[in-house]
Amino acid sequence: MSFDELWGTLFDFTDYAELLALLGNTVLAGAVLGVLGGLIGYFVMARDLAFAVHGISELSFAGASAALLLGVNVVAGSIVGSLVAAVLIGLLGVRARDRNSIIGVLMPFGLGLGILFLALYPGRSSNKFGLLTGQIVAVDSPQLASLVTVAVVVVGALAVIWRPLLFASLDEDVATARGVPVRGLSIGFMVLLALATAVSLHIVGALLVLALLVTPAAAALRVAANPPLVVALSVLFATVSTVGGILLALGSSIPISPYITTISFTIYLVCRIVGRVRRRPRALATAA
Amino acid sequence: MTAVAGTRYPPEVSTASDEARTPLELTGAALELGGRRLWSGLDLRLAPGELVAVLGPNGAGKSSLLRAVLGQLPLTEGTRRVLGKPAERGGPHIGYVPQQRLFDRGAPMRARDLVALGLDGTRFGFPLPSRERRAAVDAALEAVGALPYARRPVGLLSGGEQQRLRMAQALVGSPGLILADEPLLSLDLAHQRAVLDALDAYRRTERAGVLLVTHDVNPLLGMVDRVLYLAPAGHRLGTPAEVLTGEVLSRLYGVHVDVLDVHGRVVVVAAEAAAADGAHAGVAPGHGDAT
Repeated sequence: MSFDELWGTLFDFTDYAELLALLGNTVLAGAVLGVLGGLIGYFVMARDLAFAVHGISELSFAGASAALLLGVNVVAGSIVGSLVAAVLIGLLGVRARDRNSIIGVLMPFGLGLGILFLALYPGRSSNKFGLLTGQIVAVDSPQLASLVTVAVVVVGALAVIWRPLLFASLDEDVATARGVPVRGLSIGFMVLLALATAVSLHIVGALLVLALLVTPAAAALRVAANPPLVVALSVLFATVSTVGGILLALGSSIPISPYITTISFTIYLVCRIVGRVRRRPRALATAA
Repeated sequence: MTAVAGTRYPPEVSTASDEARTPLELTGAALELGGRRLWSGLDLRLAPGELVAVLGPNGAGKSSLLRAVLGQLPLTEGTRRVLGKPAERGGPHIGYVPQQRLFDRGAPMRARDLVALGLDGTRFGFPLPSRERRAAVDAALEAVGALPYARRPVGLLSGGEQQRLRMAQALVGSPGLILADEPLLSLDLAHQRAVLDALDAYRRTERAGVLLVTHDVNPLLGMVDRVLYLAPAGHRLGTPAEVLTGEVLSRLYGVHVDVLDVHGRVVVVAAEAAAADGAHAGVAPGHGDAT
């Protein structure tokens, strides 16, 4: 394949205006999910749950593929799968060590189940791989509407429990002493995380959910420590990744996820470099 | 404000309105952990504005006492009332300085964000910045000398710097009861003074009760009202003059103990017989040892 052919496969902007008009709602959904990913990602980092996101997404994938096989609503299937995973992880994995082993056990099981259901599914293969690698175009508009609804509900719930959740996440001992319902918030957050994972799965795919729920917040933390600024940057990075990824992918036949993951990884890389350059003078000063 | 050594703050005679706000009341309290009885028959009533220091060797149940007051450990016997209410698991009117555990280097907040959690972290909703919020956090930071590093990430601060934030975080929430577990750990003398002065000023003006676990009572001698000495062979509650005597501590430890007054500082020294007892050989857990 020549470079021009490769470029043409990756980026095809012919009839772009028409495509954009056709898929305007998709771009909007991408923006909503970017906001969601950026917000929830901050708490994923604060609570050290990056690995849990991966575990939840694999069970979410199993739920979605089961729904595909049974011919029921795929979004609902993915939500059921991720809720089961989140509640299991939340109940059994209070301590970090327990949590990681439970996730390590659940993850391959979920992935295996999902592959089994997909293998049994007789339908079109693009749907199959969409769940693993992301294919927003495969999502029809009623489903798109339900994704956006779930995302809005999660963002609203996060806003309500924001402060006690932050307290419980960053400073558990004192939060407990002050009467913050740490255990309840932990389970509640796992449910929100499950919902966020399930809706993200339909855009970036089960294997790449981390790019939406973890990478933007991790990048933001490289360049800022002030929580409102971290959250704002995290939301900005996630939204740029999803919307940018969708806009670049519109004309091509390639799944959407590589575009999103590449943008979010590039942002992370830039943030690491910026963070290091910023910190250097101080490090030198203390060394001297 | 400086606390002059020797002056004691007398807990005022409680009035009817104070009755409802008695910071802490333990009656006939006993605690067992893992089949071991740590203490029993403990009656402790903190008056508003009173500061009680909890002393004793390692493993005597000092930190467990705080956790029992918080409701994180159930009392084996007896009852507890916090701020006039029967047992609940923690509460917004408790200020807590936990046993020191350093934050991870990557903890995603600055020094002032940790203190702000103490101010309104228990309330629902997104924290909207306001002038009062800023001012309250600034005042709390200033009281412990933490303003210079208010904007630095908390994980990059030294143990002593983090410890000062803990006191600021506990005081900023307007607590009626303050529980502090070794709040002076990793602090040099000047910062010990600053933290204690902030605590002392707060409990006097706001009439908050303070239960403070420490291994060294000396920095507190000028302000402590009573001490609670927990030891393997029982406990003793009273003024420092009543409790910190050779006779009382000898009985609590079950070996001969001398209490020396060295230039106004209390030094507890166990006799040779105790050297055989590995748990508290030599200088009994740390009164004035090497400070």
